[in-house]
Amino acid sequence: MPGARPAFRPAFAETPVAARLSARLTLLLLLAPALLWLGALIVLPHIELAVLSFRERTGPQQYAASLAQYRTFFAEPLYWHVFVRTALLSVASTLLTLLIAFPIAWIIAKLARGRMSSALFIVCLIPFWVSETVRTLGWMILLRESGVLPSLLVKLGLTAVPVELLYHDATLLVGLVYTSMLFMIVPLVSSLESLDNALIEAAYDLGANGPAVLRTIVIPHAAPGITAGCIVVFMLTLGNYLTPTLLGGKNSQWFTEQIYTQFITRFNWEQGAAFGFLLLALSTAIVVAGLRLSGQQFGEVMRSA
Amino acid sequence: MIPSLPRPAWLRAATLAYLAVFLVFLFIPLAVVAVFAFNDAPYPAPPWRGFTLDWFIGNASGGRTGLFQDGELLGSIGTSCVVACWVTALSVLLGTSNAFLIERARFRGKQTLSILMLAPLVIPGVILGISILAFASRIAEFADDEFGLELDFLRPGLPLVVLGQFSYIATIATLTISARLRRFDRSLEEAALNLGASRAAVLRTILLPYLRPALLGSAAIAFLMSFEDFNTTLMLVGSDAPLTVMMYGRMREGASPVLNAVSLFLMIASGLLALTLIRGGRSRR
Repeated sequence: MPGARPAFRPAFAETPVAARLSARLTLLLLLAPALLWLGALIVLPHIELAVLSFRERTGPQQYAASLAQYRTFFAEPLYWHVFVRTALLSVASTLLTLLIAFPIAWIIAKLARGRMSSALFIVCLIPFWVSETVRTLGWMILLRESGVLPSLLVKLGLTAVPVELLYHDATLLVGLVYTSMLFMIVPLVSSLESLDNALIEAAYDLGANGPAVLRTIVIPHAAPGITAGCIVVFMLTLGNYLTPTLLGGKNSQWFTEQIYTQFITRFNWEQGAAFGFLLLALSTAIVVAGLRLSGQQFGEVMRSA
Repeated sequence: MIPSLPRPAWLRAATLAYLAVFLVFLFIPLAVVAVFAFNDAPYPAPPWRGFTLDWFIGNASGGRTGLFQDGELLGSIGTSCVVACWVTALSVLLGTSNAFLIERARFRGKQTLSILMLAPLVIPGVILGISILAFASRIAEFADDEFGLELDFLRPGLPLVVLGQFSYIATIATLTISARLRRFDRSLEEAALNLGASRAAVLRTILLPYLRPALLGSAAIAFLMSFEDFNTTLMLVGSDAPLTVMMYGRMREGASPVLNAVSLFLMIASGLLALTLIRGGRSRR
């Protein structure tokens, strides 16, 4: 598109030159806040973070460019273990969320009819209007040693004494899956709703069984929704801080905690910035890989999410 | 399978059972939070010791400080509201301006810009927080060294919390408002211009009323997201803690049913907000 053409159609009274000028001015007025937002709050801060991560403190107020922060990450097993662990648990949590959410999305989109379907959809969304802090509090009351579930287990005679259900990896997964459920159900339902039932009936009439219909018709059709849901859930899980620290306690070893420790507790911003960049790189890599795999555009996916 | 195809009875039963288990999974954490706000015991844990309103109205005399007497908690709710109002106002204003930029203006690099606008949604909140913290203190230091200026608002505190939350909530407002603007019938606007209306008049009498549902909707979502934000806020917070950070701090120290009481209020408030939005969405269609 050559040059900046008039953004708005000129009003009838205006001369062409004045019209072009006013269009230019409007464009500038609209462009300025957007550029200020993206520049001052997104682009420049990330450049600053990159600069921080590639330098090393050599003395008071003395810094030199170096890869020391990234070397520390790879040299210190604790750091990259936590990183890999966070990534793997996030993948596990995303897949688990998909497995649990898919039948629910199917029920909402295909089995329930009319009012029932929309009512069910709303009921599934309501818990996510409530703050994550509140939901995590609920899980803590349910699972801690003196909590509801352990005492129920004792009453049922399944355990002799109350067991601590918090601070396990499984607890962490439950919390993470719970928190991400909404972001999986919404894109799945909207992609399943657009699937024509006639296709499924036709496949069935032609002798396909359930798994075959799922593999050859439903999943290809729902692929955009599945990708969108998985990308968003993975990203949110990876960047979660509240659920791992509260439900996992000291055992959670979540990478965002390392970032917090370096940045806020130890005031080692260079190291924290490097960790931040590594997390950002992982999250971006997964988003890009997900889009490549399903052959979709970033914009479309985010809009459907 | 779908209703028009034969489904064996066991499959129907299994579907219903799965749905029931799922709904229990969804609602049980909220239910226990609500129930234990009324338990007459110093910890939010079983057994049930009877009904009490101490955790709402108790004053410190009985050893129990209820929500309405807990200045610290009430103060943090106030702080959250102030932050959320700023974030909402900024996000809706920028979202509207961005919507016109994306849907109406034509300029080079528009594609890149509209993709860049989505970026804040795929950057983890913790990283948005630390990058803004680092950048702000770089500027503050620069101003201090070069001009001897003390720019306190660039140090961790509420102004930075507002900016941090705004950085990604603005994207959500932009998406909501531009989606509605895209469906606008341009002929209405042209008719008004033909009839001699000025641009300002068209904006005021046609475009803004048309956008109203999206503006209100995105304002409600922005307020809620700001109120509930934790990741970004935690990195940028100073001495005044908003509610989520305050609750997090107390949850780490130990449990008190007063947290259940405040949670119950949050549930009721966000439930009402959700219902209003859903109602509003229905009546428009």
